[in-house]
This record gives sequence, C-alpha cells and structure tokens, in this order.
Amino acid sequence: MEILVCVKRVPDTAENEFQLNSAGNDLDRDDLVYSVNEWDNYAVEEAIQIVDKVGGNVTVVTVGDSESEEVLRREMAMGANNGILLSDDAFEGSDGKGIATILKGEVLKGKYDLILTGAQADAAAGQVGGMLAAMLDLPYASLVNKIEVESDTTIKVGREIEGGNQEMNEVDLPCVLSIQTGINEPRYVGIRGIRKVAQVEIPVKDAAALGIDPSSVGDAGAKVKRVDYFVPELGAGAEMLEGSTDEIIAQLIERIKSKGGLA
Amino acid sequence: MTQIFVYVTHVAGVADDIASEYITAAKKIDPAATVTAVVTGSGADLDKVADSLTSKYAEVIKIGNEALAYPNAEVVRKALCNVLDKSAVVLAPHNTFGMDMCPGLSIKMDSAFAADAVDFEGVADGKLKLVRQELGGAVSTHVACDISNGAVITIRPGAFAPIDAAAGGKVTDKSGEAGDLTAKRRFLEVVQAEVGDVDITKSDVLVSVGRGIQEQENIEIAQELAEAMGAVVSCSRPIVDAKWLEKSRQVGTSGKTVKPKVYMAMGISGSFQHMGGVKGNPYIVAVNKNPKAPIFQVADVGIVTDILEFMPALTEAIKEM
Ligand SMILES: Cc1cc2nc3c(=O)[nH]c(=O)nc-3n(C[C@H](O)[C@H](O)[C@H](O)COP(=O)(O)OP(=O)(O)OC[C@H]3O[C@@H](n4cnc5c(N)ncnc54)[C@H](O)[C@@H]3O)c2cc1C
Repeated sequence: MEILVCVKRVPDTAENEFQLNSAGNDLDRDDLVYSVNEWDNYAVEEAIQIVDKVGGNVTVVTVGDSESEEVLRREMAMGANNGILLSDDAFEGSDGKGIATILKGEVLKGKYDLILTGAQADAAAGQVGGMLAAMLDLPYASLVNKIEVESDTTIKVGREIEGGNQEMNEVDLPCVLSIQTGINEPRYVGIRGIRKVAQVEIPVKDAAALGIDPSSVGDAGAKVKRVDYFVPELGAGAEMLEGSTDEIIAQLIERIKSKGGLA
Repeated sequence: MTQIFVYVTHVAGVADDIASEYITAAKKIDPAATVTAVVTGSGADLDKVADSLTSKYAEVIKIGNEALAYPNAEVVRKALCNVLDKSAVVLAPHNTFGMDMCPGLSIKMDSAFAADAVDFEGVADGKLKLVRQELGGAVSTHVACDISNGAVITIRPGAFAPIDAAAGGKVTDKSGEAGDLTAKRRFLEVVQAEVGDVDITKSDVLVSVGRGIQEQENIEIAQELAEAMGAVVSCSRPIVDAKWLEKSRQVGTSGKTVKPKVYMAMGISGSFQHMGGVKGNPYIVAVNKNPKAPIFQVADVGIVTDILEFMPALTEAIKEM
C-alpha cells in the first residue's frame, strides 16, 4: 500500500508560554519552540504499522519553508521512506482550502492508496483532510482511532465519537483519513535516528512543479484570513492563592471543606 | 440580508442543545438574517424532531431517507449539497459530526470554511468577523471570513447562550430533492466505550491529572492525594493516550461527563474538549505551573506551582487534619 501522510511543523504547546508581539497582532515568534504536530506522529506511526503488515511505502509531505524540513526528517527517522517539501512564496498566507489545494497537487502526481493527516493541528480547525478528500472526490473519515486493512479495495475504519464510543465504517480505497491521538503508541525517535536520515535528499516542489495556479492559493486565494491574535479575558478568572506553601495549603483546605470536598 | 441554514443534530428524535444556541449565533452574525433549521434522518424520529423545532424556527426543512437514518457525514453532505442554496451561510456543531462533514461540504458548495467559532462580531463588506481559538486555547484570534459566496461554519457547542424563541413555524419536506445518496463510506455500527473498574461519574471529588504529571510513576502521587481526600483519580486525554490510566477515567467530550462537587485540575491546561466534560458547576481548583494556562479562566481557585511538589504537600496536610 502506498501511503501519503501530511504533517506540519507547529509551535509546541507544552514547551511555550505564548506572548503577543509588541504590535499585538501576532505571536511573539522569536523564541518559540517548534515540533511536529502531536496528531501527525500518530498518523505516521499508523502508516508505518500498516506498511509493516501489508507492504508498501510511507511518504511524508509538508507545506512550509525550509525550516519544515526538520519535521520531515523526524518522521523519516520514525520509519517513513520518503519526504517531500512543498514550498513556494506563493503558498504563504494560505487558508485551509489553500493548503488542501497544494496537497492535492502532490496527490495527483503520485499514486496513493491511502492519505492520512492528523485530526487537527495548531489552528485546531481540523479542515485540511476533509477538504482534500472532497477536492479529489475520495471518501473521508475523521478522528480515526482504528484501521483494519480488509482487501485491496476496502478498509474498516473506527472513528472516535462523543463519549469515547467508536463508530465503525467500511471505506472504499483510495481514501483520506484524519487520525486521532491514542490510535497507537508512536515510537520514540532518538538523536541517532535523526542523524541517520540527515543526509537523505528531500525534493522540494513549487507551484509550477505541482501545476498549481499561484492565485488559487496563498494570501491571494484565501477567503478566510486571520486578522489578529489576542488573549481573552473570560469571566472573573480564578481567585489566585499566594504566599508560602503552608499558607496556600491552609487556605485551599478551608475552601475545599466549605464546598463539601473534605470532611 | 444573510440567509442562514442551521443543521440540527439529534438523537432519537430529540434535538441537541445546539438547536437553541444557533439562534444566538445567527443573531450575532446578522440580526436581520433569515434563519432556517435543517434536519436529516428517517421515519418517526425525523418527524418528531422537525415538529419540535417549529417552536424555535419559522422554517424547518426536513430531508428524510433510509440512507440518512444514521448521520453518515458523506451521505448527509450529499443531501445538503442538493437541497441548500450554495450562497447561504451554513452552521453546524463543532463536534465529531461537524468536524467530519463540514470541511468537505464547504468544498462541494464552493464556500468559505471556518471551524469552531466561539463568537461572531457581525458582517461588513461581505466579510464575517468571528472569534476562534488556537494552540489549545492559549490564544484567541479574530478571523475575517468572506461569506459573499456562501460559507460553512462550525460553532463550539456551549459557546452561545441558548434562546428559546417562540416561532410557531412550519416544516417543509425536501426529501424529494436529496438526490443520489450512495456513498463510498458505509456506516456499520457504534461500539460502546468500555466500562472501567471505577466509575468517576459517581465521585463527589475528583483529583484529575493532565500532561503536567509528566511520568507514569507520578500517577501514584495523585492516587495518594485522592485517597487522603476520599476522592477518585480522573484524567485528561493525553494520560489515556499514553496508556497510563484507563479510558474510563478520561473526562471530556470524548470521555466521561462528570458532575462532582469539587474538581481538582492538576497540570491540566483547560482545553474546551476537556472542560466540556465538567458539568454541574463544581468548585474547580486549578494547579498549574503556567500562570497563563487557560484553566485559570474557568477555575474558582488557582495556584501557580509545580504539581509534583504541591500534591504531596497537600496530601500530608490533609492527613494531619
Ligand atoms: C475531537 C477531540 C476530542 C477530544 N476529547 C478530549 C477529552 O475528552 N478529554 C480531554 O482531556 N482532552 C480531549 N481532547 C484533547 C484536548 O484538545 C487537549 O489536547 C487535552 O485536553 C490536553 O490535555 P492536558 O491539559 O492534560 O495537556 P496540555 O494541554 O499539554 O496541558 C498540560 C498542562 O500542564 C502544565 N504543567 C506541566 N508540567 C507541570 C507541573 N510539573 N506542574 C504543574 N503544571 C504543569 C502545563 O503548564 C499545561 O498547562 C480532544 C481533542 C479532540 C481533537
């Protein structure tokens, strides 16, 4: 099975305290720590496990600048066979549809049986996989937490729905699936693994190579545009306890008692 | 004037709460908008939900078909594409159904798409200004969405105050316009979540751990605190993904809904999917080393510190009481 996994380099929510820049219209990006989008690691792991079972290749692809190469190498260190970087100044400012349009260009160049994305990334929109599928007229399932390859033409797919219940579907191949966390346990990647793939050539493709009209993507093609970032003041916020640990604990115990949380 | 269609999800003929939340959302998009509810399904359940919605909406469109009995996103999408006006704004819930259907629907309708709106600030020059969150809720953004050729927008369940307007509307049956409903993805069955060894929904006090617990061995620290408090340990999703605790202990939209008296959020950032499972207005205690963690906006009392040092100290103090 030929599997394409779409991945993204994102600011790491566990490693950063997000601040606005001095103009207040963007994040202060100077010291941000970036990593692979959490959901994408599960997608790549799933692809590797499928190929281990039924044969084939895993290709990882990303839309980004030269810095995005590092996430492709990380996923190749996990075991993906190939990496492709889709990069062009014209791609900058793309909305979800723009990104899906760029990825579609690559899908049409290859011959993939299965296309995976993470269920969502840093913008928490969860949009690219479903758009890509619709553009290609392929079936789609989101929030996938189980994949069973049944034959060359169909797979069985579990989706995680509300309450942790699982919706089982039969899906025709080729198809696009967005992968939910918890579907597997992504393997650990060490420095040595990354070093092994450090020299592997990663082809870079621009709009012309992908046969994409530059005005259909990027800022020019975007119908949805971020205007600014802000940090909302929601409600009154918590009463913050301060002082020595002993003082804080005494105050906290008193409050928990009054709310019936301690006898 | 904006034409808005709101897609109402329902279970066994009972509309989800989102049905009343759409009314507020639509007003915030355009107070003069024509708002039409749309329901899909089959048989008596569909009739029941469509009729119930006439108390809230002046017009309710129902699309009935055996193939729509279970809301398979691909099939619903096809039906909506054939029935709805493509230049309209379509609203759907940002839940596991809306996430499944809406991005593809926007492509098929050649509309703009925006996900998980938590507020709307009106339309100017054909552009709708909306508010959404990024990076796990750490920051919010204003987004301008060009709705001049239609838009599909998912809204966050619970983000808009429910209104029960008395409308006395009518139901229009558009089942005949649904078109070809064959699909390349076929629904088989729903497998219910496994029942675990403890029922976290029964406990008055929950000590809930998130990714801030850092290592599997540290779960014990939370267990000791819970024991001292006569509480039960619950958790956020990453703890279950890492297989450190059973799925039955997960709080959130894809886990359990809990209604304790006191909820102790230990190293949990406060994402809406997590907080979506915390109901009944409990007293929320948040301990987090990041003073900017979104959890502090919804908690009653907050402490900025390392849970790995704080929890054992609290356990000791409670034992000495
Ligand atoms: C469709 C869907 C459904 C989902 N369903 C659920 C669900 O049901 N339940 C759920 O929980 N999530 C769910 N999620 C995931 C959710 O979006 C968040 O990713 C998740 O809730 C984050 O968990 P967390 O707060 O533990 O981790 P993080 O967001 O990583 O937060 C960890 C927090 O711990 C703090 N911290 C770190 N170390 C320490 C320390 N030593 N002391 C004190 N604080 C520390 C950090 O400052 C941070 O605020 C779902 C996501 C999707 C897309």
